[in-house]
Parts: sequence; structure tokens; C-alpha cells
Amino acid sequence: MDKKGKKAGKNITGRVISVLMAGVGGQGILRASDILCRVIMEAGLDVKKSEVHGMAQRGGCVTSHVRYGQKVYSPIERKGNVEILLAFEKLEALRYLDYLKHSGRIIINEVEIYPPAVNLGSMTYPDNAVDLVRHKFSTVMVVNGRDLAAASGNIRTENTVLLGALSQWLDFELDIWERVLKESFPPKALDANLQAFHLGRDYREG
Amino acid sequence: MKVLMSGNEAIARGAYECGARFGAGYPGTPSTEILEEFSKYEGVYAEWAPNEKVALEVGIGAAVAGAKALVTMKHVGVNVAADPLFTVSYTGTNGALVVVSADDPSLHSSQNEQDNRNYAKFAKLPMLEPADSAEAGRFVKIAFEISAAFDTPVFLRSTTRVSHSKSVVVTETPVPYEDRTELRINPSKYVMVPAMARIRRVEVEKHLQALREFAETFPENRMEINNTEMGIITAGMPYNYAKDVLPNCSYLKLGLVHPLPEKLIRKFASLVKKLFVIEELDPFLEEQIRAMGIEVTGKELFSYTNEFDPGVIAGAMMKKTDAAVKLPEVAIPPRPPNLCPGCPHRGLFHVLGKMKTTFVAGDIGCYTLSFMKPLEGLHSCVCMGASIGMAHGMSKALGEKGRGKVVGVIGDSTFIHSGITPLLNLAYNQGDAVIVICDNRTTAMTGMQEHPATGYTLQGAKAKELDFQALAAVLGIDSVRVIDPYDLKNTRTVMKEELARSGSSLVVSRRSCVLFKRRYTETRKPLRVNVNKCIGCRNCLDLGCPPIAWRSFKDQPANEIIKNAKKQEGNSYIDADLCTGCTLCRQVCKVGAIEEVE
Repeated sequence: MDKKGKKAGKNITGRVISVLMAGVGGQGILRASDILCRVIMEAGLDVKKSEVHGMAQRGGCVTSHVRYGQKVYSPIERKGNVEILLAFEKLEALRYLDYLKHSGRIIINEVEIYPPAVNLGSMTYPDNAVDLVRHKFSTVMVVNGRDLAAASGNIRTENTVLLGALSQWLDFELDIWERVLKESFPPKALDANLQAFHLGRDYREG
Repeated sequence: MKVLMSGNEAIARGAYECGARFGAGYPGTPSTEILEEFSKYEGVYAEWAPNEKVALEVGIGAAVAGAKALVTMKHVGVNVAADPLFTVSYTGTNGALVVVSADDPSLHSSQNEQDNRNYAKFAKLPMLEPADSAEAGRFVKIAFEISAAFDTPVFLRSTTRVSHSKSVVVTETPVPYEDRTELRINPSKYVMVPAMARIRRVEVEKHLQALREFAETFPENRMEINNTEMGIITAGMPYNYAKDVLPNCSYLKLGLVHPLPEKLIRKFASLVKKLFVIEELDPFLEEQIRAMGIEVTGKELFSYTNEFDPGVIAGAMMKKTDAAVKLPEVAIPPRPPNLCPGCPHRGLFHVLGKMKTTFVAGDIGCYTLSFMKPLEGLHSCVCMGASIGMAHGMSKALGEKGRGKVVGVIGDSTFIHSGITPLLNLAYNQGDAVIVICDNRTTAMTGMQEHPATGYTLQGAKAKELDFQALAAVLGIDSVRVIDPYDLKNTRTVMKEELARSGSSLVVSRRSCVLFKRRYTETRKPLRVNVNKCIGCRNCLDLGCPPIAWRSFKDQPANEIIKNAKKQEGNSYIDADLCTGCTLCRQVCKVGAIEEVE
């Protein structure tokens, strides 16, 4: 567990915790946030989540807000109030930084997906995204989800790797995560996803 | 059982639990999943209609026969269905009829931001508005009860945030289904000629009055009295935002947003020192409360536009701006939605975009994205079906000036929705425009829903496939052609030929959506750029295809730069993991630098 990272989890009273997942359409964000919600429900807490479907699927930004506690009203969090940002892509980490609290924590997937303006050469992809985040926040975990997914034997488990990394900072028991993962994947994809989850959960930076 | 459900799933579940077994609708974000989910339940009959008007008429027929019918659509779909809607409020419904209107504050996936609560008042129908999934499931049941008890159609209004957020729902055992359908003939109730409509018109006011009384004691119009300094009247999702930010205020949360409970509102107003209304979009509640002579603060503080969130409430009520951390001072390139790699629309709109003196009247679908750089092949988008009528009107108005310069483009599902009558009009009134059906064989934008030309129904039964060419011929269109938009040369040739000839033309640009697994079964080899041949002309980048990127020589190590032209500044690169091998880039490359990955 990260030295600064106190665990955000079930031992909360009257407080609502917000996790924001952000990335690009096709990265498995909605699946990942569904799994997180089920883990939270299994832990006996109220949970709401929100994302926008439709045109956003086509290569656009995808975000999913997950909020949990004893009683949750809003399914979306306001800027300045998110506890943990799980960024599936480096640029998307920058785009949603203003949703975080001062004390917020960030997990960044070491992946670059070029938006159209960068592909066309009219804008540049910031080469110092991680440094910019580290400059503003003290608790940043950078994970290479693609490499760890490849190590699990199935490159499509990148989102599960990131969930594993996120689980380091959340106070939910391992057996709940494993139970929900088992219910979430077909048998042929399960082993790789369980392994991917553990690769993320055991990952330590540096 | 506790289940995490979206608002849409909860509406479907609630309808099923209370014994509804009949559904109709037309797909449209954020409403689509309601009917999809409903159709999966045991014993349910549900269908995609060609458009919302037909869906509502189907629902009316089922309800008049005694069924409990669920009809679903997005907010703008209610415009299409408005004609029957305004009169079915007179006839009543016999069985029960619930119309779901899924509104889209912030226009996440829509062409306008209309507030459909106004329809409830305008069409004189009761409207319920849930705030989360649990309420969505509960309210749809109440909607069916009200419909049966007051013999009126009932609106259930959702918004994108209610439809597409997920929260905990406790599912219940469905009530046993009871078949109450039978053939009933009752002309004085259902034949709305003036003499009989005048009588039913009075009935409408009577049951609205009865509903006003009902609203006063309706438990989902509920007061939460806490600190009485500030009282907030609200409904739907904004209630959650307000509770998040102002947990200690007093609330009157309205479950029924039309008609309003005047006595209850007066009572609540008398209990609090200062009264606020928090509502997205129009001052629908506020104006009515003001008209009661009650002093209230609303749109002085809150915007008429866009959906709210807890930050909006905090900003308006507490003058608090929340962002704790400023975004870094670096340009963050936007990530707008884009046509997918291999999208069949790309070829067609690449050709249209190069015809610089042509006006392309567009329509609603994925292809609307072609208005953007670099394709820039579409010049208008108003509503479902507008392309054809607009192209015709424009070509008539321009006369000789517009000859060979006006095109209308429309998707296959959109054409069926509301393109057939304007195409008939084009033939009948001898228009001179070229209409293109972008036929990707499915309703792609909302997620591959069936329609009358796909050959299947919502519930998977084999159906007849509408033949666009045969239809155009019987409508009287002069020339009908079919093209493959992956073939750029032929697409260009056919478009030029059809624009050059006088009279009406229909071009069917046919190729399946790449994401539509049933139709798109080819596997093609991905392509790559041979840097020994690339001259950096950027022709391939003009396609706006996501896997194709520009690599400037400035960002390349000097010893790796391969220059094939004098003024070359970089070369193109194709991400083989994303490339579907559609070959459009190979077709536009003048030096043969794009080849298959071995």
C-alpha cells in the first residue's frame, strides 16, 4: 500500500466517496466501473454511478463517476471533490484533474491514444503529462496497463489491471473482488482477468 | 433482490413487474435501452416501429384493446408523435398507456434541448418524473395505475442522467399477468370528429381536475422539513444534486410534475422563510408557482441551459466555486467523437467533401460527424428526415443556380423513420436533387437496433427486408443507383453522373457498419505506410481516419528520416492495431506508399 494512501472504503460514516474513471471509448471503462459498483454493493454500501452513452462512444472521451457511502444522492461528483482519479490514458488524466480534491490521488495508465488534432499534426500531445500531474498532486501511481495485461496472457484485460491497482487504495476485501470478478467474466476469459487484477493489485512503482 | 440498474433498465423492470406485456418505440439516446431490456422479459411483445408516431399509435391501439402498453422515445421523438398524443388525451386509453420521454439536458446526443415537461401541460397529460433508478421502477408502476384509474395516457419523463446512471434497485416478484384484452367497440369515445371531440374535451378538463386533487395527497409529492430558513421545490435528478450540497434544507420533492398540487405548494411555502425552485431547463415549476401568487427564486440563480450537477447547485446557492486545482497550463487536445476506423460513411463523405460547390443537406446519424474537419462533407442537420425535404426545397429555390449542386444524405434507419414521404414529394414535385441513403444496414448510432430493412425484428424474428431501390422506383424517382462507399473512384463517378443529369436521383451507398457483427464478417489485412515511398502529401490524413497519424520529421531522429520529396516535412503512420484494412487511404495515396501488413 502506498505510504501516503490511506484506504478509502467501507469504514465511513455519512461520507460519500467519489472515484472518477476517465479514458477513451473502447478501453473498457464502463465494464470496470460496473465491477467496482458490484464490489461496493457486496460490501453493503449504497452506490451510484453515471456516465454518458451515445456519441461519446465513437472515439470520444468516456468518464464514469462512481460514488459510494451509507446513502448516496447524486450519481455525479462536482469539480474539486473527487477522491481518486483512475485515468485510463495520460491525456485524460490531465483533462479531468480539476475534479480532484487537493488531497486527491491519481492512477495513470501509461498509455497514449492520439486524438484527431494530434493525428493531423495541428496540435501536439503533451510529452510531460505525468510530470504535470505529479507537480500538482503528491500521490500519483503510474501503471503500464498494457504491459501488465500482456503479462496476464490477454491484452484485453487492461481495464482489469487498472482495477487491481485501484483496489490497493480501496478498503474492500480481496475475496469480494475475486467473487465479483468471477461473476463478471465468461469462463474462458476469467483466468487472465484474475491474473490481470492481481498484477495490478501487486504492482508497486519504482 | 438488490440489483444495480440503470434508470432505463429499471423502467423496463418496473413495467414488467406490474404486468405490462406490450411495448413499442423507436431508438434514440437516452431512451433506447428501455425497450431493448423490456423486450427480453418472458411473455413480453415489443417492437421497434419505423418512427415514434407509429410507435405511439401502436401503443394506443394496444391500450384501447385493453393492454397495458409502454411506448418509449427520446425527447425529440415526442415531436414526431405529437399528433396522436394530443388527441389520445381526449379518447383516453381503456387499458393503460405510459409514454416515456427521455430528455437530454446538455444535448449529450441530440440536436436540441427541449424540456418535454411542457408537453404534459400542452397535451393535458399527467407526468411523473423519477430521480433515480429505484424511483424509475416505482414510478412506471404508478404511471400505469394512474393511466388505468383516470383513463388517460401518462408521461414518464426521464433525463439522460436518470436513464444512464446506475443505482440500487430492489426487484420485486412480478404480479401475475392478467389478460384484459378484448375487442371493444365504442365510437363515441374513440371517433374524434368535432361533435364527439367537443364532449371528450370536457372530460379532459374533468380528469385533469381530478388529478389535481390526487396530486395533493400523492405520497411521491413529499415534504422533507428540516431547517426552515430555505425551502426548495424540485423534482427528478436535480433533487439529488441539491440534497448532496444542501442536506439540511427543507424540500418539497415533486414526483408528479403535472398537474401541480397547489395546496401542498402553498403549505410548503408557508413553512419556510425563503422559497427556491431548482429545475433544469425551463422555469416550468417556477412559472406556475409564481402564477399562484407565491414568491419564489429560481432562474435568477440558475441557468436555462444545460444539465446541472452538484457544483451548479453549490455555485448558485452558496456562491461557491469548487475546482480545487486549476488545470495545468498546457493545451489539452480535444477528443471529439469521430467516425470509426473502417466506417463506410468515410468514403462517401470524402467524395462529397471534395465537391466544394455542392451543398450537402445532412440528417441524424453517425454520418452527421462528417461535417467536421477534415471531411467537411455535410452542411446541415435539423431533424430526422429533414435532409430530403431541405435538398428538394433548396434545389427548387435555387433553380438553375442550384442545378447539379444539391445533395441530401440520410441513414437507412432515418430514411425509414421519416425520409419516405419527402422522397415521394421530391418525385411528385419533380425536384432536382440527388438523395443518398447511407445504408450501413442497421441503426448504428444508437447501438445496432433492427429496422424494417435489416430483415429482423426487435425480438429476433425474421422479417421482410424493405428494398430501397424498389421503393424508390414505385415512388417515381427517375434514377436509382447502388454504390459501395469503399470504392472511391466509382462513388465519385456515380455522384458526378447523378448530379449532372436532371430529375430526381437516389443513390444507395451500401456497406455494413464495421461494428455490426452480423453483417460485417470480412477480415481484411491492416495497412501500413512504406516510409521509403511516402512523400508526406497528407492525402491519407484528409480521411480523418483514427489509425492514421502524422509524424513530423522534427520529432524523428535525424538519422532515421527518409525524404522522398523536396519539401517533405514528415510522413504518415498507420496504427495496425486499429486499422481495419478498408483501403480508402491506399486509394487516395498517389505514390503507392500504403501496403498490406504481411
